[in-house]
Amino acid sequence: MTELATLPMREHADRLLYLDGITVSFDGFKALNNLSFMMRRGELRAIIGPNGAGKTTMMDVITGKTRPDEGTAFYDETYDLTRLDESRIANLGIGRKFQKPTVFENLTVFENMDLARKADRRTARSLFAHLTGRERDQIAETLDMIGLGERWHDLAGALSHGQKQWLEIGMLLVQDAQLLLLDEPVAGMTDHETEATGALIRRLAGERTVVVVEHDMEFVRALDTNVTVLHEGSVLAEGTLAQVQAHPRVIDVYLGR
Amino acid sequence: MHEAPSYPLLGPKGWIAFAAVGAFLLLAIPLANLLGGQALVPDYLIPLLGKYACYAILALSLDLVWGYAGILSLGHGAFFALGGYCMGMYLMRQIGTRGVYGNAVLPDFMVFLNWKELPWYWMGFDMFPFAMLMALVVPALLAFALGWFAFRSRVTGVYLSIITQAMTYALMLAFFRNDMGFGGNNGMTDYKDLLGFNVQAKGTRIGLYVASVMALGGTFLLCRFIVTSKLGRVLLALRDAESRIRFLGYQADNAKLFVFTLSAVLAGLAGALYVPQVGIINPSEFSPANSIEVAIWVAVGGRGTLVGAVLGAGIVNGLKSWLTGAFPDLWLFALGGLFIAVTLLIPQGVVGLVRKLRLPKAEPVAAPVEKQA
Repeated sequence: MTELATLPMREHADRLLYLDGITVSFDGFKALNNLSFMMRRGELRAIIGPNGAGKTTMMDVITGKTRPDEGTAFYDETYDLTRLDESRIANLGIGRKFQKPTVFENLTVFENMDLARKADRRTARSLFAHLTGRERDQIAETLDMIGLGERWHDLAGALSHGQKQWLEIGMLLVQDAQLLLLDEPVAGMTDHETEATGALIRRLAGERTVVVVEHDMEFVRALDTNVTVLHEGSVLAEGTLAQVQAHPRVIDVYLGR
Repeated sequence: MHEAPSYPLLGPKGWIAFAAVGAFLLLAIPLANLLGGQALVPDYLIPLLGKYACYAILALSLDLVWGYAGILSLGHGAFFALGGYCMGMYLMRQIGTRGVYGNAVLPDFMVFLNWKELPWYWMGFDMFPFAMLMALVVPALLAFALGWFAFRSRVTGVYLSIITQAMTYALMLAFFRNDMGFGGNNGMTDYKDLLGFNVQAKGTRIGLYVASVMALGGTFLLCRFIVTSKLGRVLLALRDAESRIRFLGYQADNAKLFVFTLSAVLAGLAGALYVPQVGIINPSEFSPANSIEVAIWVAVGGRGTLVGAVLGAGIVNGLKSWLTGAFPDLWLFALGGLFIAVTLLIPQGVVGLVRKLRLPKAEPVAAPVEKQA
């Protein structure tokens, strides 16, 4: 993979995210071990792997929460993610939905969306910010899309688990994130909600670039897209779900339990 | 069609209450004192109420950072005391030749220590506007420096509280030293006049009281402006889920640094108004217990409500004035008991209790804070 980095940039214009040789260790334990990973613009990718395979650490590296010990991470070919902090990276257009839904429970659904809405994030601007009618409509539209059109003024803490997950996805949408990192987006959802979420994610792909970390194999199958299998901090296999499921080492470490 | 939420500075009822309380404090009390005589509003009550108003400003400044941004500062007494010292320095310079040693330039304590000239950092403090500016700027600089390092290093929660305690303690020790040039453990007192008015005179006292109440009103509206802005919601969000607000692209450190510095300015203002009304400033104002007491006022009134901070400062200090007169030995037990009782019985404070009683259906109202330490 290293030789790719030396090629002229132009040839990789559709390459949105590129991790190369990323290593992260915590007290000697290598959470990521020489991991290389690439996402093309508009791609939808599912990441699977057993617990401790490094899925969340990889998200942490991409979003600036964790600094890698070695390796490079580039967004849009120009931005070195290993040097930027969380808020800068978020403003580049990388949005993250955590495994545990983390909406702001003491704010209303609408206020959550308003905080996420793409806008000047600087402190002084926030102090004097006013919502325009168009911005309000944009939030309204997204809330309708995620099925929270009737819950505007409810506290986010009062939503069901599945609704919180949706609110978080909705927040990524109004944030205008181009790269969406979704950590277990259907955990704790009913079958019906899972189905609706899958449909929403498939609709987003193409227009946005989406990485889904998921344990639920049914859901990964429903996404009908390429799969990357992580194991012990590096990529074990990549391909369609059928391909990776047939991969002997994957069967060994993950699926063949 | 849904309406987007609107965030007025105060609702219609709020403005009526604000105007009513303002009229009562600014007109009724001084007029009753001037016209009604001692039976109605005795003279001693005016500086006492003025002092409470300063405490209320201090409580508001803490509520802004604690209730809304989750920064439990246990060093706000230091910002208050620094503001107070700046005012004290101005008042000392106004004494002139009327001091015991009759030195036109040097305050008595410097003459006593055989100092020959005024230290450089006392320059300009004979000018009221400069001294007032310093009363706001010095606390701001300290808060900015402390916040800059603490917030960038992601020091939060109890660790930050401990650092702020250490800060106020270190300042207390420093100000106790005679060679600091701030009067050592005696501090500064024996003030004569402020802007040419005798600080002991009845008119000056009423003037200081009115200024304190007006500053309290202004501080309250300024804090309301901040907490009703989008920044106010950013602060609430970072109080509850700081890493999440970073991943949304907000610079949590900057937002915290802004409110922390502003809060120190407000505390400095309160200190500057306080000193001429009590007639003394000394290093005990930096004592860590003072800062903890401010947190108790806010907790009693109700965190994250602003009104609660003002009420809490009034309730606790009213109780203190009464108890230390009636049962001097009981005060510290009462204070400790009050804090325990509030924590156990009314964690949302007095304001939370009132809201609960008014909304028996337990409809969640603005910004409950039970989730964070």
